[in-house]
Amino acid sequence: MNWIPAFVAIPLGAAFLIPLIEHWIKGSSDFLTNAVTAFLMGLTLSFIHQAAQTQVYFVGGWEPAEGIPFGIALVVDGLSVLMLLVVNSIAFFATLYSVKYMARYTDKGKFFTLFMLMLAGMNGVVIAGDLFNMFVFLEITAIASYALVAFGIGSEELEASFKYQVLGGTASALVLFGIAIFYMMTKTLNFADASRVIAATGVTPALLFVSVLFLVGFGLKSALMPFHAWLPDAHPSAPAPISAMLSGVVIKVLGVYTLVRIFFNVIGIGTIPALKTVLLSLGVISMVAGAFLALGQQDMKRLLAYSSISQVGYIIFAFGLGTELGILGGLFHLMNHSVLKSLLFLNSGAVVYETESRDMEKLGGLMHKMPVTGTTSMIASLSMSGLPPLGGFFSKLIIIWASIDAGYPLLGAVAVIASIVTLAYYFKLQKEVFLGKLADAFQKAKEAPVLMCIPMICLAIISVGLGLLLLDPVREMVLTPAVHVIQGGVDYARMVLGG
Amino acid sequence: MGMTAIVKRIAMLMTPATCLLGVYIILHGHVTPGGGFAGGILVAGSLILLVLAFGISSVKQEINQNNAKIALSLGLILFWSVAFMGLFHGSFFQNYLKSHSASHFLSGGNIAFYDIAIGIGVSAALFTIFISFLIAKKESSTGS
Repeated sequence: MNWIPAFVAIPLGAAFLIPLIEHWIKGSSDFLTNAVTAFLMGLTLSFIHQAAQTQVYFVGGWEPAEGIPFGIALVVDGLSVLMLLVVNSIAFFATLYSVKYMARYTDKGKFFTLFMLMLAGMNGVVIAGDLFNMFVFLEITAIASYALVAFGIGSEELEASFKYQVLGGTASALVLFGIAIFYMMTKTLNFADASRVIAATGVTPALLFVSVLFLVGFGLKSALMPFHAWLPDAHPSAPAPISAMLSGVVIKVLGVYTLVRIFFNVIGIGTIPALKTVLLSLGVISMVAGAFLALGQQDMKRLLAYSSISQVGYIIFAFGLGTELGILGGLFHLMNHSVLKSLLFLNSGAVVYETESRDMEKLGGLMHKMPVTGTTSMIASLSMSGLPPLGGFFSKLIIIWASIDAGYPLLGAVAVIASIVTLAYYFKLQKEVFLGKLADAFQKAKEAPVLMCIPMICLAIISVGLGLLLLDPVREMVLTPAVHVIQGGVDYARMVLGG
Repeated sequence: MGMTAIVKRIAMLMTPATCLLGVYIILHGHVTPGGGFAGGILVAGSLILLVLAFGISSVKQEINQNNAKIALSLGLILFWSVAFMGLFHGSFFQNYLKSHSASHFLSGGNIAFYDIAIGIGVSAALFTIFISFLIAKKESSTGS
């Protein structure tokens, strides 16, 4: 039996089942969701050793006729496996964390239903082999996350969710418009097939227009700098495990992965010469402006949200370089940032859980009261600001190195400056939340419950170990296949359809 | 509570017919125009007709929101399990039930079951949405 559709089918089935079992047995959704995410994480791990080959799965058994696919194709290649690994492992830790954290909210069953829908959508985006299914899964993820952002139903949450919906809806409309023109142009929606058509017709005005629509649409989803307005509201307002999912994986799957898949594998990054420049400039702007905006924040979760904009800027910048080293750096930074930012948001959740405050001016000195949260947060902050020998140092080093190597030493210098600013705002976070003097109001604060500490400790250990990904045998298994897929560009069509 | 006797009488006459038409459209979804969605709307519409004529309190005991929610979940699970069973016959969404002659119920294979599942899901969802609107209206009018 081929397990590829299970990535979508199993969380979807769980999402449908949870309202029923929660109706009869209260609290059973905890076990079901954790079992599902643990299973999916295991399933992804079992896919790693076959990451180097491209597997194609035709839903419903509709095989292509004469080399032209007309059914729904699911494609799992090196890049998909890497993304699946990131999505499902973060999801597992987030669900484990939710068991205790979400007990303070009402109706945990609804929360887990939406969470499972979001997970199914993200896995679907990653394994979809055609543009329209990717869009459908993207919408499933987006709509589930709108509801999850508003889950606290306070005025702040509702406002953030509304803003997110308006901008997310705009993005989806632009993408759908782009897909319609794309379909008119190529007469197919399958990535591989469309890639062949584009290679044959070359650059047309319609293709340029579609590229702009996709760039803006997916740019909005990944919160690149001119399109970032929704993120600093939406990510802090959500419950902590959802903030971790949104900042850790959702923007990467919905924004970065889709951009990379379409521009590198379908259209071809070399086809439109301006594309690299656009990605580079969007990346640099987000990187710098996000970092400086983060520096001025007083709300702990808002600071982390601005930091996400900055770090996604690094990733897009690295992909924009287009060299093998740049792509490696981008993918590595993507993995690092997923783990670190999820961990930091879970830390912030633990602080909010114990103190009910995210205002950094009021907080302080929590290190003694919450040693696990404080230490894990310290590790994540140091790694994110690029302190050797933690993973974040190596990914930034590779990106800066790659930019000098590709002939952009000036942009490399900008990346270094942004990295110093990153160090500054993470230092500020540590100083104002965990170090310094403990405020009187929080004398009674204690460490978060064990079930919340376990995911934080696990993520901290993973984040320390992520540097090992650069060791040859591990890199060959995880990063190299993904780099080859992106570097291979439009060779993707041959890998999927053969011939 | 509710509307005049004429409206109530006509609603009582219309409801079974509308519901039956909905079920007919659902069950013939794979061979005639319409299908699970259109039929489900009609089934929900027949119930909504009753609520409109008799007022929300008269129907609440029998078909409350919880039952509609369970029906919605059941519809979704039925759809999912028919698709998932395909995995054991070769592929996800595989059409594994044998096709028969055009006049047979299973002439479209699995499609008939997908239509039934969609019908249950859509009717329950639409009814839930309608009831939620009524409750929201009631609460906002008592609140002000």
